[in-house]
Amino acid sequence: MIISALTILVYVLAAILIIAALFAVKQKDLLMAVIGTSAISVVLSIFFYILQAPDVALTEAAIGVALSTIIFVITIKKTERYEE
Amino acid sequence: MVYYISAILLILIGMYAVLTKKNIIKIVIGLSIIDSGINLLLIAIGYVKDATAPIFSDSSLKASGMVDPVPQALVLTAIVIGLGVTSVALALVIRLYDHHKTLNIDKIRKLKW
Amino acid sequence: MRKVLAVLLLAIVGYYMIDSFLKIPFGENRNTVGDYYLNTTVKETGSVNTVTSIVVNYRGFDTLGEVTVLFLATTGLAAILFENKKRKRRLQHASLIVRVGAHLIYPLIILLGAYVFIHGHLTPGGGFQGGAIIATGVLLMFMSYRSFEVSHKLLVYFESIAGIAFVTIGLSGLIWGTSFLENILPLGIPNSLFSAGVIPIIYIAVGVKVGAELTGLLDNLLKTIK
Repeated sequence: MIISALTILVYVLAAILIIAALFAVKQKDLLMAVIGTSAISVVLSIFFYILQAPDVALTEAAIGVALSTIIFVITIKKTERYEE
Repeated sequence: MVYYISAILLILIGMYAVLTKKNIIKIVIGLSIIDSGINLLLIAIGYVKDATAPIFSDSSLKASGMVDPVPQALVLTAIVIGLGVTSVALALVIRLYDHHKTLNIDKIRKLKW
Repeated sequence: MRKVLAVLLLAIVGYYMIDSFLKIPFGENRNTVGDYYLNTTVKETGSVNTVTSIVVNYRGFDTLGEVTVLFLATTGLAAILFENKKRKRRLQHASLIVRVGAHLIYPLIILLGAYVFIHGHLTPGGGFQGGAIIATGVLLMFMSYRSFEVSHKLLVYFESIAGIAFVTIGLSGLIWGTSFLENILPLGIPNSLFSAGVIPIIYIAVGVKVGAELTGLLDNLLKTIK
C-alpha cells in the first residue's frame, strides 16, 4: 500500500477538525469556544479545495471565518463571557 | 472514506452540544457545527477519483473527467442560509438577556410559570 | 443522568448512520443528472463555469429565493434590535500600525471583491463570494477608525436598485422570450469576458445586493454597543 503525502495531510487535518470541535464544546470560556468554531471553518475550507470544489471553498472561507465569528464576538460582549 | 466518518462525527458532536448544554450561546454554537458537518457530507458524496474541478478553462478538457457539479451548487446556497439563521438566533439571545438578565435556560423557563 | 441518556441515544444514531454510509463506495462515477449539465453547458449558455450556469441559469429561481431569505434575515435582525435613541459607536482608535495598514489595504480589498463577482462565469467565484469580501473590507475600516461612517441612505439605494434589476431581467425574459429568467442576449465566444448572455449582469446585481446587505447588518450590530 503506497502512502502518499496527500493521504497523510488528510488524516492530520481530520484529527485537527475533531479536536477543535471537542474543544469548542467543552470550554467554559465562551471566547475560546468561538475561536474553535472558526478553526473548524478554516479546516473545512481546505477540505473543500482537496475535494475539487473551488467555489464552495471560497464561500466557506469568506463567510464562515470572517462574518460568523464577528457576530458571535459582538453577542458575547453584550452578555456574559464565562459560562457558570 | 475518512471524509464520511469525520462529517458524521461533527454532526454527532453538534447534536450533543444542543442536547446537554445549559448556556444559550453554547446551543447556538452547536447549531453552527451541525451546519458545517452536513455541508462536508454533501460534497464528499459527489467526488470522483482522479477527476478535476468542473470548469472548462481549456478547450481540451473532457466532460467525463470532472466531478459532479450539482451538490456544489446546492451547498453554495446552504452556507449562506446557515449564516442567516445564526445571525437571527443571536439577535434573539441579546433580547432575552436584556429581559431576564441571565443566560441559563433552566432559570428562564422557571421565571415564566 | 441527562448526559448518559444523550450519549446512549447519539451512539445508536451514529452507529446506524456510519453503517449505512460505509456501503456507499467513495469516489465512483455516478453522474446521471450531472452528465447532462456538463455536456450542454458550453453550447447552450456560453459560460465555462458549470456551477455558475447551474446556479444562475438552470436553477435561477432558487437563487431568487435565497436572495429573498438573506434580505428577510437582515431586516429581522434590524427590527429585533431596534432602539429609539440615536447612538454613536464608542470604540477606541486602534494603534498606528493598524490604522496605516487598513488605509493601504482597503481599496485593494474592494477591488478584489468586484473582480470576483464580475468574472463569475470564467473563474471560481460569483455574487455571494464577492459580496462577502466587500463586507469584510468595510469591517476592517470600522474596527480601525472611530469616525468612519457609511451613510444608510446610500446602502438602501444600492440594495433596492440591485434587487429591482434582478426581477426586471427575469421579467424581460418573459416578455421577449418564452420563460422567466431566460437567456435572451446573444452568447458570445466562450472563455472571453463579454459572453454568456445575461449571466454576468445577474451576478453583478446579486454581488452588489449581498455586499450592501451584509455591510448594513454589521453597521446595525456595531452601533448597539455602549
